[in-house]
Amino acid sequence: MIPAEFDYAVPRTLEGAARLLAGTEGAKLLGGGMSLIPALKHRLAAAPLLVDLGRVAGLDKISVMAGKIRIGGRATHAAVMSHPELARVHVFAETGEVLADPQVRNRGTFGGSLVHADPAADWPAVFIALGGEATLVSATATRRVGADAFFQSLMTSAVREDEILSEVTFPLPGAKTGTAYTKVRQPASGFAIVGVAVCVRAERTGVIDEVRIGVSGVNAVPFRARSLEDRLRGRAVSGPALRAFASEIAEAEPLDDMHASAEYRRHLLGVYAVRSLERAIARAQA
Amino acid sequence: MALKPVMIGERIKRREDPRLIRGMATYTDDVKLHGMLHATFVRSDHAAGRILKIDATRAKALPGVVAVFTYDDLRGQVGPAPCTTVLPGMNHAPHPLLADGDVRYVGQPVAVVIAKDKYVARDAALEVEVEIDAKQAVVDVEAALLPGTPLVYEQFGTNLAVHLAMPHPETERLFAEAHGTIALRLVNHRVAPVPMEGRAVVAHWEDGPQKLTVWTSTQTPHGCKQQIAICLGLPELRIRVIAPEVGGGFGQKIPNYGEECLLPWVSRKLRKPVKWAETRTENLAASSHGRGHVTHVEAAHDRDGKVLALRGKTVAELGAFASMLGPAIPTFTHLLAAGPYTMKAVSWEVDVVYTHTMATDAYRGAGRPEAAYNIERVMDALAAKLGIDRVEIRRRNLIPAGSFPYSAPTGAVYDSGNYQACLEKALLRFDYAAAIAARDRARAEGKLSGIGVATFTEICGLGPSTGTAAPARAGTWESAELRVEPTGAVTVMTGASPHGQGQETAFAQMVGDAFGIDIDSVNVVHGDTDIVTHGVGTFGSRGLVVGGSAVHMAAQKILAKAKRIAAHLLDTTEERVNVEQGVFGVAGGARKLTFADVASAAHTWGVAIPGEEPGLEAVARFEPTGTTFPFGVHFCTVSIDRETGQLTIERFLSVDDVGNIINPLLADGQRLGGIIQGLGQALCEEVRYDENGQLMTATFMDYTMPRAAMFPRIELDTTCTPSPLNPLGAKGIGELGTIGSTPCLVSAVLDALAPLGVKHVDMPLKPEKLWRLIREAQQQSGGAR
Repeated sequence: MIPAEFDYAVPRTLEGAARLLAGTEGAKLLGGGMSLIPALKHRLAAAPLLVDLGRVAGLDKISVMAGKIRIGGRATHAAVMSHPELARVHVFAETGEVLADPQVRNRGTFGGSLVHADPAADWPAVFIALGGEATLVSATATRRVGADAFFQSLMTSAVREDEILSEVTFPLPGAKTGTAYTKVRQPASGFAIVGVAVCVRAERTGVIDEVRIGVSGVNAVPFRARSLEDRLRGRAVSGPALRAFASEIAEAEPLDDMHASAEYRRHLLGVYAVRSLERAIARAQA
Repeated sequence: MALKPVMIGERIKRREDPRLIRGMATYTDDVKLHGMLHATFVRSDHAAGRILKIDATRAKALPGVVAVFTYDDLRGQVGPAPCTTVLPGMNHAPHPLLADGDVRYVGQPVAVVIAKDKYVARDAALEVEVEIDAKQAVVDVEAALLPGTPLVYEQFGTNLAVHLAMPHPETERLFAEAHGTIALRLVNHRVAPVPMEGRAVVAHWEDGPQKLTVWTSTQTPHGCKQQIAICLGLPELRIRVIAPEVGGGFGQKIPNYGEECLLPWVSRKLRKPVKWAETRTENLAASSHGRGHVTHVEAAHDRDGKVLALRGKTVAELGAFASMLGPAIPTFTHLLAAGPYTMKAVSWEVDVVYTHTMATDAYRGAGRPEAAYNIERVMDALAAKLGIDRVEIRRRNLIPAGSFPYSAPTGAVYDSGNYQACLEKALLRFDYAAAIAARDRARAEGKLSGIGVATFTEICGLGPSTGTAAPARAGTWESAELRVEPTGAVTVMTGASPHGQGQETAFAQMVGDAFGIDIDSVNVVHGDTDIVTHGVGTFGSRGLVVGGSAVHMAAQKILAKAKRIAAHLLDTTEERVNVEQGVFGVAGGARKLTFADVASAAHTWGVAIPGEEPGLEAVARFEPTGTTFPFGVHFCTVSIDRETGQLTIERFLSVDDVGNIINPLLADGQRLGGIIQGLGQALCEEVRYDENGQLMTATFMDYTMPRAAMFPRIELDTTCTPSPLNPLGAKGIGELGTIGSTPCLVSAVLDALAPLGVKHVDMPLKPEKLWRLIREAQQQSGGAR
């Protein structure tokens, strides 16, 4: 790797990191480096200062308490997918298993994936489907942003230049609730051509009480498939009817590139929405 | 070998691996010299255009920058880039080491920055302002031949580099009289060889000894020495080329490149060592590509499905310039056009065409995978047309076992073979009947399930030197020199230049067996032109067939002298000396000498032997009298997800015949790697340029390498038909896997889609492509699934 020259700092506290970030115009945070390092290498990004979050105490903590899941911004993909307390929320392990490769999973971070806001990353879909909330800390303030307002435009999240994503919280899915993530990998990069995360509460009868659907890879911004949620809520839908609904997701404005045309992405979105829904509903009913 | 083999045929682990796996090996980029400078190339962002201005003022002003060179600095002093296959009548434009006024492909070197370290060099390279008046590029190889298309070289008035015609007098008559004909248009798309280690060069000119030492990641150090000498106008005597550890080549490191000639010039000019190691993007953009053929092939056949004649026209992408062997690669496509099948005539034409893209050159198989793909698709299409089973159509066409050496209508002479035995073994092992039954059950359940087959032969260890399109100024021989130490340990110096094949192990096994010594008493040295004084290199599956045969010859010479010395020491005649497992003795006699005893006597010369010189060493060159033809049969099964077009390879079996095998473990490794590379092309690998000649696959984010998880466990088996053309009976193995696996997978996919009426697909077999075929077929039949 042959990047442009940069300074490098390793703060031990979140406050210290926030101060460093505020103190240097254009400074960037280094989490796992799985996106930033390649960008530096290709000279697509440069920063006068990299603030390495690797030694900030507690930033990688994962816990489940009082009905809330808390994932530290610097927790690695591997830690999230293998954390024993997250095991019953299937979507975490299921997403981790199809995310990049073991090397990336051991270094890359959950928070980094959200902040980077790559539309084809996997966690954004999960973040949306589980209705997460991000805690953003700067040198002067702390605020919270919900999943529905988090992804703003291509590669742009609500996180400001001087903010650090310290933690993501999710309501712990309750009884009769199932989660799932299925994806089609872009064969070279491993990113999602289509990734669909579902969190659904369903009765034994199959009636869907509540559902949230997050989609990665299809649009330039990860999105929530509200139109499909609305058609499913309060009904028991399966088989051809489910396929028909899933094939018409109004929010889809598919990307078109050499790995998948817009038409193919739209088709796959329908197929994978069904696959995720069926899996999540079965888990809710189990 | 004269002795009973002990190590030959054993699965001995690679001696190379411990140092490679533990990061203890020295690659070119690991070479660090005092005062070494670093080079970074400024490369063209445009596929076609005229350079209006190059301004390096800002770059030169950066601290640590030593020099920035452009073509104006090179003019008349160094270059052009090596090309040793300027075919008769070819429109050939010498390729300058840095762009001379025009740029012709994205990634073409325009300037080179020399700085104290690679970071400053890269910073400075970004500060070199290059203004290019971009022109319309031509990328599509067939469009390149149409009138009015932009020209890569205005002076030729055409993009046709050369037209090759290889007619057979009987072809037209056979077509006219045939029961039927079939015609196919087949695309063998462009791929990137992608060795794990990219290209790298360290050049060091020393004024004292007046000597240039070049470390370079190459398959052909001796050829490289020769080409640098020509390029710089230096005597070869003043040049030493070292290929240290080389991390894969796959043909990409056969050609000698402009950078390998430019860095020595820079070192000489600045009187400092200088290093360059390419980035992965440079490797994907500006190191040679492979394949890139569009072929129209027609077959004339009789009522029973026997092919009578073949007629082909290939349009071959040369790229923006003629790389070292580039123009000659399609000639192998003709030479192997008939595959393992009898036919009476083959006529082939090739248009070798310039486009605004990186040059193509040899890539694992180099012309033979293209040939095998063409003829296997013909066989499948013929089977489909006549309603004959795909194995049966091959049985009817395979060259009979008793007819070797076999003269094909292409002019190729096949050394030996028993295709039927290989096919029968594969059928048994695969259980073809059971596979068909399983496929038909899956189909009955509405699934898309297919079986693929390929029976193929290929060409390895090309020779003789007089009769081949070998690189100019290089024969098809290989050298070996064996030096026996007083202790009986042996140093082997081979002209082969292994870069992953494992010849350090295989050659040590051979020499150990020849002299009855331990494998650890054999040291194999390669890749240094000052130590191995003559050599050709490792490519075209020749390392063992040709290089190993030279080692065998040298060992026999040593053994002959050792016997004469032993006879003298044992007070007997040479004829009465027996050698067994390295022990010399006389029948019935109690006195024995070990190989070490003889070696010691040869060096100490305490007992002078009349008519002999002291010492024990030998030099040999093996010149092949002909070319070997390994062969094999591949079977696979696949399933395709109807809803998404996603392809799963469920089983893959490869039964190959490569003659005698020295080390089955190494042979398995070569075959597995080859099969995966061949499947990689069929499945996912593809170099893509957009219509402006911008490279769309410039990183691993977009260039899809095959991954282990894409494949089932590959099943391997062999038959053995030794080659009569070399003392080892070996046939060559390095490229075999890429030759059969590609058509085999396409065969399976077309079989899976056959119930839908799909008759044709081009590689790569990407899910979207298969989904569209499925959808179109379903729409045409008006049916839901």
